[in-house]
Amino acid sequence: MENYAIELKGVTKRFGSVVANNQVDLALKKGEILSILGENGSGKTTLMNMLSGIYYPDEGQILINGKEVSINCPKDAFDLGIGMIHQHFKLVDILTAAQNIILGLDGGMKLDMKKINQEIDALVSKYGFDLTPAEKIYNMSVSQKQIVEIVKVLYRGADILIFDEPTAVLTPQETERLFTVLKKMKLLGKSIIIITHKLNEVLEISDRVAVLRKGKCEGVVETKDATVESLTELMVGEKVELNIQRSDPKKPEKRIEMRGVTVRNSEGLSILKDISFVAKSGEILGIAGISGNGQKELLEAIAGIQKVDSGEILYYPPNSTTVEKLSEKTVREIQNLKISLSFVPEDRLGMGLVGSMDLADNMMIRSYRSGDSRFFTDRKTPRKLAKKIVDKLEVATPDINTPVRKLSGGNVQKILVGREIALNPDVLMVAYPVRGLDITSSYTIYNLLNEQKEKGVAVMCVGEDLDVLLQLCDRILVLCEGKISCIVNAKLTSKEEIGMYMTGARKAGV
Amino acid sequence: MTLLLTFLVAAIGQAVPLLFGATGEILTEKSGNLNLGIPGIMYMGGISGLMGAFLYENNVQDPSTFVGVMIALVASLLASCLGGLLYSFLTVTLRSNQNVVGLALTTFGVGFGNFFGGSLSKLAGGVGQISVAHTAEGFGAFLPSFLRNIPVIGKVLFSYGFLTYLSIVIAVIITWFLTKTRKGLNLIAVGEDPAVADAAGIDVVKNKYYSTLVGAMIAGLGGLYFVMEYLHGTWSNNGFGDRGWLAIALVILALWNPTNAIWGSLVFGALYVLYIYIPGLTRASSELVKMLPYVVTIVVLVLTSKRNKPENQPPSALGRAYFREER
Repeated sequence: MENYAIELKGVTKRFGSVVANNQVDLALKKGEILSILGENGSGKTTLMNMLSGIYYPDEGQILINGKEVSINCPKDAFDLGIGMIHQHFKLVDILTAAQNIILGLDGGMKLDMKKINQEIDALVSKYGFDLTPAEKIYNMSVSQKQIVEIVKVLYRGADILIFDEPTAVLTPQETERLFTVLKKMKLLGKSIIIITHKLNEVLEISDRVAVLRKGKCEGVVETKDATVESLTELMVGEKVELNIQRSDPKKPEKRIEMRGVTVRNSEGLSILKDISFVAKSGEILGIAGISGNGQKELLEAIAGIQKVDSGEILYYPPNSTTVEKLSEKTVREIQNLKISLSFVPEDRLGMGLVGSMDLADNMMIRSYRSGDSRFFTDRKTPRKLAKKIVDKLEVATPDINTPVRKLSGGNVQKILVGREIALNPDVLMVAYPVRGLDITSSYTIYNLLNEQKEKGVAVMCVGEDLDVLLQLCDRILVLCEGKISCIVNAKLTSKEEIGMYMTGARKAGV
Repeated sequence: MTLLLTFLVAAIGQAVPLLFGATGEILTEKSGNLNLGIPGIMYMGGISGLMGAFLYENNVQDPSTFVGVMIALVASLLASCLGGLLYSFLTVTLRSNQNVVGLALTTFGVGFGNFFGGSLSKLAGGVGQISVAHTAEGFGAFLPSFLRNIPVIGKVLFSYGFLTYLSIVIAVIITWFLTKTRKGLNLIAVGEDPAVADAAGIDVVKNKYYSTLVGAMIAGLGGLYFVMEYLHGTWSNNGFGDRGWLAIALVILALWNPTNAIWGSLVFGALYVLYIYIPGLTRASSELVKMLPYVVTIVVLVLTSKRNKPENQPPSALGRAYFREER
């Protein structure tokens, strides 16, 4: 028993009528990396929040180093040597890295920032991080912020580190670097828990894997005995059909055309350079690229949110010979043309949904202008729509009167995408529609997009997962540094080829 | 030259209550509490100090200046502390809306001041009859006479009561506290992001309470200054006017830094009395000049929002209640 850093016995936590964790038994050995794998809303984060003192369990025991403890507040967790690196970083933007690291610590009344910076520098070089203690947080990139979080818990002398979805916001290179750091920390005797839903990372980094499903622990396996298939089965509870049914585009017609579009940011740098392409009805056009290469701006330019500096965007409405110039229209006029943008930003709630409003009211954001009366709003239709989306997309929510911010990330996303599709658009643009979603929810979304395509909608989809883009899309447009590096037929290309175009290693005429 | 001197002295006299109010409000706002009750608390601090001194002087044969000053100080601090406690209890513990509670507290505080001011006048035998001569003397000129008698400088720099100098000392101490101490750093974190502070093991509730209580007490001293040093120990209903609101505007001008509030209060104080010193103003045009402090505040707001430096923005969580288990 002595060699366990953490033991959980029969831990249960409820939020209202939703049981987030149900009788979970789990143990972390000293000096190992344990992955906790589970779909969205399976209760991973809730479980870890109970270890870090954010939530208090309703039932069950927690043992740290063999002793039963009660973690009432985050400070108790520190004192026990538990450090949590949250998915959403817990940093104060206006303070420096060093100030964030020492936040809340006891010590002399006076702050000796020089001495503290030196201590942090020593720690940083011991683990081989790249960090300047006097740098302000608001100047940092996501991966730098994560380093600050890690140094923060190490500075506090944590022996048990818990990472909540550490790679969700990192590039592949940054992920590699993080894994190196994790392995180094393990060598130096730290016990580590990683919460994730990325199977390949689980297999790469961890010693053992615990799988959670619907708040229950479904089993703990040694990583060396596990395969992608066996873990997926534990995670989803049923075999998932991994094939997306892709049909050939029917009667493709021009819908959106960009001609030499250039977009500049506030500093005058070009984000999009001379973009020309055509999106057709009845097909899914995938947009690939390393993040920050203009994907977001491309969709926003069509939706009218992003100002276009030169070039024009044309729209060919179905069953009509007129041509609309989108670059001269307002956002609302573009929406009225049945062009819909569903953008899933990093924080999900930022654009599109209002966190403190309930599901039904969030439906009204799109429909408040319609209805029989010009003065009164129509509340019945949005409520019906909310119910339909909850049923069809299996949104886990107590009812449709729950504020959206109380739902887990995946559920929020389903509502957002569901609402946009319910508008019956002629052009549907989605960005990162499955970001952070588990496998089942992702496939629900893919099928929705496919349905739209079969109905003759021109779908444009910015995605991160190349495997998915290759299987889902008909054509793929690759952006690199704001330019189109190629438009390829998805059936005739390979992941490697697209990867080369993304990094600019290969360039081609359009 | 004499006119300029009088103007400077008058400006400083106006600046002191603003500085107290702004320092108190900055400390409060750093915890994320937008205490709009500060104008009311300043009334409460003023009248309570006066009441304490009045009751003492009227019930003792031979009142001593020192005891009078102490009683006035304690009564003033106690009353403003209670105001801050009421605000904290409602907004932090019960999580009521901060704006509503603050505005109600101001309405209450102004009424509290005028009610007891009226009662005191009645006890004293009529309007303007309140006199706490001994105590007021203690709040008067503070520094030795050889300093005060230096020509020009003596009048401008050394002719004031101890509260004037205290206002600057407190502003400097609070700045030091916020920028150079661990407790100050923790407080800033609470105001920026209580969830982060909580996760870092900082007691959010305690920080909010302490900073609001101490902030209210500092602001209350502004009211006491006005009654004791400025009016020499008497009361006039609504005499304190809109200075409390000006103090809150000064917080913005000072970019949430009490040291900035020192010169900022001087600017506001000067603009506040400028209309008296500009010749040829009519009743109407003097009202326009009285607007200047607010115009300056708006200009500063525009300029800082244009520069958009994160450090110069209000604390991010200002005005929001914190509840740990809320997602």
